[in-house]
Amino acid sequence: MLAFIIRRIVQSALVMLVVALVAFALFRYVGDPISSMVGQETSLADREALRTTLGLNDPFIVQFGRFIGNAIQGDFGISYRLQQPVMELILQRLPATLELALVSGLAAFIFGVSAGVYTALNRRGFLSTGIMAVSLIGVSLPTFLIGILLIWLFAVELQWLPSFGRGDTVALPGGWTTGFLTSSGRQSLILPAITLGLFQMTLIMRLVRAEMLEVLRTDYIKFARARGLSNRTVHFGHALKNTLVPVITITGLQLGAIIAFAIITETVFQWPGVGALFINSVRAVDVPVMAAYLVLIALIFVIINLIVDLLYYVVDPRLRVERGAARH
Amino acid sequence: MTLLAPLKKSGMATKLATSALALAIFAGSASAETIRWARVADALTLDPHSQNEGPTLAVLHHMYESLVRRGTDGSLEPRLATEWNIHPDDPTIWVIKLREGVTFHDGSALTAEDVVFSFDRVRHESSGFRALHTAVTGATAVDDYTVHVQMEGPSPLYVQNLTNFFIMDSGWAEANDVVAPQNFAAGEENHAVRNANGTGPYTLVSRDPEVRTVMAYNENHWAEAPQVTEIIYTPIAEAATRVAALLSGEVDVVQDVPVQDIQRLEQTDGVHVVTGPENRNIFFAYDVSSEKLASSNVDDNPFAHADIREALALALDRDAIQQVVMRGQSQPSAAPLPPFVNGWTEELNAYSKPDYVRAAELVKAIYPEGFSFDMHCPNDRYLNDEAICQAYVGMLGRIGIEANLVSQTRSLHFPLIEKWETDFYLLGWGVPTFDSAYVFNFLLHSREEGFGSYNGSRYANDEVDAKIESLATMTDLDARNAVIAEIWEQVMEDRPILNIHNQLLAYAMRDGINLAVHPENQPQMTTLTFDN
Repeated sequence: MLAFIIRRIVQSALVMLVVALVAFALFRYVGDPISSMVGQETSLADREALRTTLGLNDPFIVQFGRFIGNAIQGDFGISYRLQQPVMELILQRLPATLELALVSGLAAFIFGVSAGVYTALNRRGFLSTGIMAVSLIGVSLPTFLIGILLIWLFAVELQWLPSFGRGDTVALPGGWTTGFLTSSGRQSLILPAITLGLFQMTLIMRLVRAEMLEVLRTDYIKFARARGLSNRTVHFGHALKNTLVPVITITGLQLGAIIAFAIITETVFQWPGVGALFINSVRAVDVPVMAAYLVLIALIFVIINLIVDLLYYVVDPRLRVERGAARH
Repeated sequence: MTLLAPLKKSGMATKLATSALALAIFAGSASAETIRWARVADALTLDPHSQNEGPTLAVLHHMYESLVRRGTDGSLEPRLATEWNIHPDDPTIWVIKLREGVTFHDGSALTAEDVVFSFDRVRHESSGFRALHTAVTGATAVDDYTVHVQMEGPSPLYVQNLTNFFIMDSGWAEANDVVAPQNFAAGEENHAVRNANGTGPYTLVSRDPEVRTVMAYNENHWAEAPQVTEIIYTPIAEAATRVAALLSGEVDVVQDVPVQDIQRLEQTDGVHVVTGPENRNIFFAYDVSSEKLASSNVDDNPFAHADIREALALALDRDAIQQVVMRGQSQPSAAPLPPFVNGWTEELNAYSKPDYVRAAELVKAIYPEGFSFDMHCPNDRYLNDEAICQAYVGMLGRIGIEANLVSQTRSLHFPLIEKWETDFYLLGWGVPTFDSAYVFNFLLHSREEGFGSYNGSRYANDEVDAKIESLATMTDLDARNAVIAEIWEQVMEDRPILNIHNQLLAYAMRDGINLAVHPENQPQMTTLTFDN
């Protein structure tokens, strides 16, 4: 087990290095940061001087080496755009993104699994047909449009919920800010969380439904019924448990996706998270922030994958047996 | 009741009153004197000498003050300076008299020392405003309220460069180690980035970058008290969300209203839109001097022919662009000069109707098969920039010219002009000094040290260059204006630039609020009034 974790950590470091390398190679196509850093009056000579100061004229491998060298010491530099240390900027915004991702991920998982089980068990029910129809919207409509529609309905027409921002936040020790503790914070969370989680919810729901239908046809379910076990035990003790391995894989990967692709939702709702920070940084070609963000996202994916792999061991006893056998 | 009073007029009050939930959103933030102001982007920094950038300046003008400032009509108004004139004995010295009895937010008094310090700071290597003050060699305090600014030579219009030059307290700067603006190479954050100590009408209460900046009225301010006592500034990047926030009553004033929403907002109860000209012209420019274009299918440079440049102008239907693309939100004109800038005349502004038949003949006479080139266009910088280019591509198609549109983000577009890597491009140009010389220096003087950084036309006319250079030191303003007119005449004849229009700005706000459009897009909340 320990060897496995260590091996994964070494692999992870390699993955992040490759991500950083690819990111740096791409930055040259994003544009020139200088034009958004200086006023239109700035002379060409001054622009060139600033470019040299920032090291933008160096070959990209030199820039990359410098970035890695500083990053290992925990120094990600100063944002060109906001003039604040990059790590501080990202850490300030991370709570907003993680809270949003957590809420929408949890909601997607809970509603997705329950709706999936329900529609699998009541295949021809009126409600099931309705849920399946609605889920089509979640799969097919782009996030951007869902967000705008929700704002139009709940903020402009009904005026029940705020249209943008995170509401009031409370600062917790350790630099974390939370919106959970204020009513405006909780209200602000609802629309973005739905927007962000809708796709994941329908995905999980459809997956659980398909897996459940599959499992319910298998022999051991028939035997379980033959033993006279209650429906409840059969459905949740035997059937659902055996559908969970693929569901956990997908949910885990999707959690990474939720954090990484919160960019659109955060932009639509002016949610002050790392995704919005990244988009604004791309517009201004703020290389230090873009580089740090991409490495961070790679790190999050790597960690989530590691956790998912470990969860397999917990859920699926066969994996433990196979690995044990292979060692001999 | 202060909460409901402004909402009642909006016609939304009935909806709101029924919803206790909605009221909870407003609780604590709305009162008659608080203004919630939303715009596309946040101030990048609070350092007054670091970023010469629109939203940053607009926010800073509330906390810091300049010596002079631009009024909503474009005129120069006294602010921290009460008088400014050229020294009677020495035309290279500007004498600036300061307002007496002004204090910074921390209580220290404004003296000439602070102004001298600010002149040094704004000219520092890491300042974003350095280029506006290159003619200054030094500033000295003559007494507590008089500053002499020594220029390299006579600079009769230098005071026009001071509208965004903020005065900082020298004592505060030294105590907080911010005697120079942020230096990126140094790798650490400057205290002035997130803290402000100006003399302005509002003090900084709290700042969460890109979330919310709160400012409160400064009781010790020297001017008449404004109606707005608290400002909550919120950036909302997404246009649809910004408009929705106004419609739902979560913000009071919205800048950067998308042109396609203006009509709808005007028809909405409880909201109105104010428009006015911005100090920014949008134009096409093209390489007039290279032997051969990089992107063309012909072997010479079509734009070097005066007839082709005339054809380009004849094919541009400015009225169609104004009506269809801009939905009325522009003022078409022939010269790249906003109406309030010194040197503007009716004649320069007058533009001819398109004549496609004649334009096609002109093209056919030189290129019977027509020709093609790449048209570079930004897609996130100006109002409907990409759509303007698309429209013109269609118009050129009618006269046998095939333009291939390359539209991309601003950070890719502008370096092309800087590096002379584009044959034909769209550019917008504001004139912060409100004088034609600014246009000449950057767009029309041939490129050399200190001139022509945005002369992507590669226009070079020695006679014009000499005249442009002479403008800088001419003290007789009538003679100077005559030279400006001569330069314009020559430039309009040579056509290195094909102007399209001057942009209009639109601010949308809740009914019961009055705020004028500022030509530099720096709305002043001190001028905002409420209907009672």
